[in-house]
Amino acid sequence: MKQHQTTKPMSLITKLRTATPSWSILAIAFLALSGVLELLGDMDYLNQYYLHILIIVGMNIILVASLNLVNGYLGEFALGHAGFMAVGAYTAAVIATKIGPPGLPTLIIALIGSTLAAALIGYLVGLITFKTVGDYLAIITLGFNMIIVNAIQNIDYLGGPRGFIGIPKATNLFIVAICVVLTYTVLRNLVYSDHGRRWISIRENAIAAELMGIDINRAKNMAFTIAAAFAGLAGGLWAQYQQFITPKSFDYIKTTDLLVMLYLGGTGSLSGSILGVVFYTVLMEVLRNVLSMIDPRLAELRMLISPLILVVVMLTKQSGLMGNREWRWFSPRKEENTDESCS
Amino acid sequence: MRKFGFMLLSLVFLAFAVSGCGPSNELKIGVSAPLTGDISALGQSTKNAALLAQEEINAAGGIKLGDKSYTVKLIIEDDENKPESTATVFQKLINQDKVLAIIGSQSSKCSNAGAPIAESAKVAQISPWSTNPNVTKDRNYVFRACFIDPFQGKAVAIFAKDKLNAKTAAVLYDVASDYNKGIAEVFRDEFTKAGGQIVAFETYMTKDTDFSAQLTKIKGTNPDILFLPNYFNEVPLQIQQALKLGLTAKILGSDGWDNPELIKMGGSAMEGTYFSNHYSPDIDRSASKDFIAKYQKKYNIMPDAAAALTYDSCYLLFKAIEKAGKADPTAIRDAIAATKNFSGVTGDISYDGSGDPVKGAVIIKIENGKFVFDSAVNP
Repeated sequence: MKQHQTTKPMSLITKLRTATPSWSILAIAFLALSGVLELLGDMDYLNQYYLHILIIVGMNIILVASLNLVNGYLGEFALGHAGFMAVGAYTAAVIATKIGPPGLPTLIIALIGSTLAAALIGYLVGLITFKTVGDYLAIITLGFNMIIVNAIQNIDYLGGPRGFIGIPKATNLFIVAICVVLTYTVLRNLVYSDHGRRWISIRENAIAAELMGIDINRAKNMAFTIAAAFAGLAGGLWAQYQQFITPKSFDYIKTTDLLVMLYLGGTGSLSGSILGVVFYTVLMEVLRNVLSMIDPRLAELRMLISPLILVVVMLTKQSGLMGNREWRWFSPRKEENTDESCS
Repeated sequence: MRKFGFMLLSLVFLAFAVSGCGPSNELKIGVSAPLTGDISALGQSTKNAALLAQEEINAAGGIKLGDKSYTVKLIIEDDENKPESTATVFQKLINQDKVLAIIGSQSSKCSNAGAPIAESAKVAQISPWSTNPNVTKDRNYVFRACFIDPFQGKAVAIFAKDKLNAKTAAVLYDVASDYNKGIAEVFRDEFTKAGGQIVAFETYMTKDTDFSAQLTKIKGTNPDILFLPNYFNEVPLQIQQALKLGLTAKILGSDGWDNPELIKMGGSAMEGTYFSNHYSPDIDRSASKDFIAKYQKKYNIMPDAAAALTYDSCYLLFKAIEKAGKADPTAIRDAIAATKNFSGVTGDISYDGSGDPVKGAVIIKIENGKFVFDSAVNP
């Protein structure tokens, strides 16, 4: 692999076009592909297991990419992402089961509802959270994650600790693909806009950023709210795919899984989030298949081998697979094409 | 990077391509077990029991369908005790391995995540250990080998009222766990219905270690019995603290107690306590004795209830496949539903219309550091 320049904030400010045709082409191609795969799956030409893995990958990409906004671009260490996912999942579950008949309109309302609910909670949490930074912020967000999970456990209307059962299945690969494209379009436009530059400047030096006239709390809270909103969207998709949700699925263990995928892929990189999720999920499933092929008694070795691989990857590529780098398709086209991305 | 990606990709294709194959005289059965994660000890029991059943049935010539004998091949997958992983495991077992039926998962949250997949693929699922009533509710292809939480709460309430002559009872349970909460509520209702009085109904959260506030309050009400429907890793601490406060009530528990660790951690504090369970190792029942002897010989440890229930689930399924007479998931489902008086390790199992078996519970007393059979409670 050839060495190349990392994308410095300064170089991004060189004249760029936000909506390049290559992005729309990529998005449409991606949607078409997932639509075809979904149809093949419906007609039983494609193994449902593969479809399932793709759907899980899609939902995790939304989660990790939105977490990347706070942990990568903003440079904070938030540990409460699964909590916002829970808000979205339960909102969608209530809308889908108690309000509308199953169908596309209900799905759309449920997804919008879960996004907005998570955004609202995210905004309120952000108001308090960003009075602190660093380790303290990590603890506070972790605390909020626990509060959300414990609150749901004590609400009988939501099924309490037994979980919410009987949510109609509305999510499929195509719906997930649309949400992934939506997420990435929004994130990409934000990250390469003034907002993104504000976040990056706060990450690099908060005091300098403030001296430049950036309202730090406002900028931070915006990133946090948007991240929470997309976590809510993923939660809404999740609830309507799995048909059953339980508060314990959204505790800090889920957040930890997301963090592993985020740092594996590399923070501060939209393509890194995709690579991290795909690498981790595929690795786990490949190990599952390989081990069960060799001997059924080896199944638990998966949890031994996969962390080992993660350690090796992190030692050889310390900033993650794509840390602060980007695939060409994901960064807006620049006037002078000086920093070509690799692969 | 490119080279590495290519290697990974080819490995993926190789793995997926090869894992679908297998000889044609095999009957594939999936097992979803929490081999890693927070209840991995239970996952190991599941695996041990399932492998024991597989070994036995194959040594005895396998399963006869028509005039051809088939060997049983179990495909055991790790669901990490996470609902989303269980969903993946179910998808893999059904679509990739094309199993005839699935045994699993153990915890109710995981079984609940797998059930919609089994249901829509029309593949029978037998959960050995999921006691949450929701798991089988409104489902045709989902069965379980154990009794459900409400029955257990009722069994303990009846035992406390009739055998221990208790008039007042206090309950301390983990409010964040469905299992504990479910049993505690049923116990409260059933005990009151039987003429008893609940004097304290106290809660805590998973991983709490100091129960002195709740226990002091309970001591103030001076109950005849204290019911702790909690897991084995928390119960010893609760009992030790209760004894330290001078609580004299008889202490009762539920099947969450069933683990050798309970006595190791609790020591002498556990003496004279009772708990309800799926089966008792020293019950006078030939099927149980056989199983315990074989399990101990092979693995050198006592089987817990999860192991016994998994073993029962396996044989329940083997019998059903034999009765169905063909390797067809729907026929197998019908054969399971028609099971009557299957004599298992944990008791006689029959199904009457729903996926919940009609079977009794046993009450175990802890004496001299051992689990001793006390009495049986039948529905």
